[in-house]
Amino acid sequence: MDRIPILKLGGVLIVTIQVDMHDRLALALEEDLTAMIARTGARGVLIEISALEIVDSFIGRMLVSIAAVSRVLDAETVVAGMRPAVAITLVELGLELTGIRTALNVERGMALLQARLSDEDDGDEDGSDRDGLED
Amino acid sequence: MTVSKTETLPIRSGDDVVRVRQRVRTLAVEIGLGIVDQTKIVTAASELARNTLDYGGGGDVRTEIVWAGLRKGLRLTFEDHGPGIADIEQAMTDHYTSGGGLGLGLGGAKRLSNEFHIESSPGAGTRVMIARWK
Repeated sequence: MDRIPILKLGGVLIVTIQVDMHDRLALALEEDLTAMIARTGARGVLIEISALEIVDSFIGRMLVSIAAVSRVLDAETVVAGMRPAVAITLVELGLELTGIRTALNVERGMALLQARLSDEDDGDEDGSDRDGLED
Repeated sequence: MTVSKTETLPIRSGDDVVRVRQRVRTLAVEIGLGIVDQTKIVTAASELARNTLDYGGGGDVRTEIVWAGLRKGLRLTFEDHGPGIADIEQAMTDHYTSGGGLGLGLGGAKRLSNEFHIESSPGAGTRVMIARWK
C-alpha cells in the first residue's frame, strides 16, 4: 500500500500531500504521524497542501482528526499552502478547521512552529530531546 | 435546454470518488469554468459522491454538459438505491448527520452549486442533481 512520506526537521514533522487522498491513505497518514510523534517527541506537525485541488469535508475531517490526536500528544498542527480557490470553497462549504492553525506557506508555517518550540523549550535547542511520553 | 454530452460513472468505492472528482474537474475545465467555480463544483461532487457511497450504499453519477440558450453548464445527478432520507429538511441542515460525517455534505453541496434538487423517499433511494453555469 502506498503511504505519504513524513520528514523530520528538528522538532517538527513535515508532510506534503501531493496525491488525491482516498480513505486508506488518509487513515495510514494519521496512524503514521501519530506513531512518529510518539517515537520522536516532535512538538509540531506541518502539513503542506498546496498540491491539493480541493479540500472536502472528508479531507477536512482527516486534518481536524490529525490535529486533535497530535494535540493530545503535545504537538501542534499547522496546515500550510492552501490554494486561494480552495480557501474560498472551504468557507462556502461551511467547514471549520477546528484546532488547526493555518499558514500561507511552508516558510511561515515553520516559523509558527519554531516560535512555539523556542517559547516552550527554553534552553532545549531543537526541542527533540524532551522526555518521551512513555517515561 | 439541451444536453450535449452524457456519461455515467459508478460510485462503489473510495477510488471511484477520486475518479468522479477527476472527471468533474476535466468537464468543468472543458466548459470554461474559472478556477474558483471549478473548485466549487468538484468539491460539491466530492461531497455528494461520498454521500452516495457512505449513506446510499453506492450508486452512480450522470454527468451532462447542458446548454440553456448560449449558456453552458455542467449538471451532475447522483443516484443510489439505498435507504433514502425520511426527513430531507433535517438532512439539509448543517451539522446534522446520520452517520459519522460532519453533516455538511448536502447543505454544503447546495451552497457550492447554482442549482440543487433532491428527491428521496425511505426505501427507494436518493437522487441529487446539481448544476453550475458558466
